[in-house]
Amino acid sequence: MTVLEDLAPPPEVEVKPRGVSRRERWQLRLPLLPALIYTIVVTQIPFLVTLWYSFQSYFWNTPAPAHFNGLANYKTVFTSPAFRGSLVRSVVMTVVAVIVAMILGVLFAVLLDRKFLGRSVVRTLMITPFLVMPAAAALVWAGPMLDPQFGLLNYLLQPFGIHHVAWLSTHALGSVIVVMIWQWTPFMTLILLAGLQGQPAETLEAAKVDGAGAFATFRELTLPHLRPYIELGVLLGSIYLINVFDAVRLMTNGGPGTSSTNLPFYLFQQVNNAFDIGAAAATGVVTVILTIIVATFALRMFARVFQFEEAGV
Amino acid sequence: MSYPRSRLRALGAVGCVAALAVLAACSSGGSAGSSGSNSNSGTVTVAVVSNPLITDQMIPLTKSNFAKQYPGIKVKFATYTEGDLRAAIQRAISTHSYAFNVVMIGPYETPLFAKNGWLTNLSKQYIASDPGYGASDLLPPIAKSLSYKGDLYAVPFYGESSMMFYNKTLFQQAGLTMPHNPTWAQVEGFAAKLNQPGKVSGICLRGLAGWGDNMAALDTVVNTFGGQWFDMSWKPQLTSPPFVEATNFYVNLVRKYGEPGASNDSFNQLLTLYGQGKCAMWYDATVAATSIATTYPDVYKQTGYALAPVNKTKSSGWLWTWALGIPQGASDSGAAWKFMSWATSKQYAALVAAKDGWSAVPPGTRTSLYNNPKYQQAAKAFASITQESINSADPEHPTLNPVPYVGVQYVDIPQFESLGLTVGQQIAGAIAGTESVNQALQAGQSAASQYTPAQLSGG
Repeated sequence: MTVLEDLAPPPEVEVKPRGVSRRERWQLRLPLLPALIYTIVVTQIPFLVTLWYSFQSYFWNTPAPAHFNGLANYKTVFTSPAFRGSLVRSVVMTVVAVIVAMILGVLFAVLLDRKFLGRSVVRTLMITPFLVMPAAAALVWAGPMLDPQFGLLNYLLQPFGIHHVAWLSTHALGSVIVVMIWQWTPFMTLILLAGLQGQPAETLEAAKVDGAGAFATFRELTLPHLRPYIELGVLLGSIYLINVFDAVRLMTNGGPGTSSTNLPFYLFQQVNNAFDIGAAAATGVVTVILTIIVATFALRMFARVFQFEEAGV
Repeated sequence: MSYPRSRLRALGAVGCVAALAVLAACSSGGSAGSSGSNSNSGTVTVAVVSNPLITDQMIPLTKSNFAKQYPGIKVKFATYTEGDLRAAIQRAISTHSYAFNVVMIGPYETPLFAKNGWLTNLSKQYIASDPGYGASDLLPPIAKSLSYKGDLYAVPFYGESSMMFYNKTLFQQAGLTMPHNPTWAQVEGFAAKLNQPGKVSGICLRGLAGWGDNMAALDTVVNTFGGQWFDMSWKPQLTSPPFVEATNFYVNLVRKYGEPGASNDSFNQLLTLYGQGKCAMWYDATVAATSIATTYPDVYKQTGYALAPVNKTKSSGWLWTWALGIPQGASDSGAAWKFMSWATSKQYAALVAAKDGWSAVPPGTRTSLYNNPKYQQAAKAFASITQESINSADPEHPTLNPVPYVGVQYVDIPQFESLGLTVGQQIAGAIAGTESVNQALQAGQSAASQYTPAQLSGG
């Protein structure tokens, strides 16, 4: 959310306010200071400590005290195939989940935008997966839904000759992605539904008068109108989904093998199972740098979306 | 344009969100309170593993009995799965956060922790002045596994080896007989005949990644096939022929005749499956017999028991015990010992017997339990085979050839925590079919090779 807040102020704020003295400006800022200090304490200090740990050799399972070991932890991170593997999986999970959730979101939003009996009930039901706690959702999927012996999915697929598939073993990454999509489709639907409601009825009517078919109207008018909303959904979805931990931890525990280990889970394992605090901190720092690179591109896009909005398209 | 500046600020914030995740773990609280001069009052925080004998028995009994007996002592439990328990304890002990005054550990942790000076010497501090505790009554292999330089640093709540459970009815129907001391080749033959996909698995085996999970079972197979983790000069042996042969055997067995989704199953999942009659055979901890007897009476009646299957060695069962220790410097340690000595005493056994019957008593810790006619009668089916399995496990000579380490289903070095997990993950991958056994063991070998022999032997 920080991203949003930081970008929200329009450019005018930066223009030097004339006629306001330095003192007055500080008086204006004063009420914000506690929040600012709090933010620095809970974000910047831990980051600096992490940076410090990333240059230390520090293991929880040996009595030796932490000591400086230069760039050794970073060398471990960059030469570790486990790190590269989890990086690739993080990207795959996020990209697939966001794109599929967005396609489904467009579909549902267009359907839910029509008037039909019980629309409000259907809308509420559609949104529910997003409101379920991620941990609870992961447990329900791992147990009652996907269990090879007692799972609902295998039961439903039995008439089609599919049974006793151990989804979490044979399709671990796929299963996790499906749950991510299930949770995030409603979010995309919500954003797009808001966008659709802002579409002027006259334009659609005019298209009808001109003899445009439903598909042509959707492609030529609705989709371009939705573009900023789609970009917003993709951006917010990516920021959240790159950090998915609950589903991985509770459904597959990163396995089998490392087939569903993403970056957050890999980091967790370095602390929780290898007790290698130095390497975990280095992994965290590298992750931060990579996230910054991704976020830079995303933010640039984000800024464009807002300009787009202001231009009144 | 405000853009560059706000971008920088935004990026800093994004960065710190990730950083927070790392550090949340480092700031665990906990403070050392008043020292435990008065052992009849205080707060005891116990970290325990979420196995049935603890969650269904120890915790309720503490509330209903111990709390009444010692109203001044407040006992709080923190329950974890095996992997999480190790992490929580390791964190609390090595950072001296004193989050727990009693920790549940086993033969892997106890000597290592004791050597680091992280545990209280129970023999000197408490047992010497508490003759009623009866430490000489503890089963010798179990007591030895919890000792460092001859002193006990943890006391056992229950002890176990590994053995084969099988469904006598299914064996009878198929006209098969399980010998008392089966070989793995025989077991494979039985599994092939008894496997009915979709209904009953021929054999249920652990596949979940973890050195205390799938690796515990696999290590016993590796040992009896003549394999070993390291040779006498600490060179990793994961790609040596016996190790490869044993791993192929195990992975093929579970892939062909094992339960579906095996790579996510460990003790608790398999206990449920076996209890619901979904396994013709199940190779796991001897302590499962106690849980089957109390939780699944119908399946219990049909259950037969055999020693851990062998190949080249005479016996192959593992040796484990979940035991309680006091971190060095913990507060209220007198009260902590009161609790520990109660939970591991003969009196506790009698308490369980009065409530749930003798067959529900935590097994594998005291000779007196096995000499008790009432226990012999109630747990007739599994008492003697449990004792036999525990007594024949030899952590100092686990396999055919001499090894430089101690441990049947683990290697007692600090690096094994991480190494065992890495190899366990690879094996789980092989069981799930995402990679071959050879690939898995190659990856394991290279993970083991990143340590120098000096690091491994130096501890």
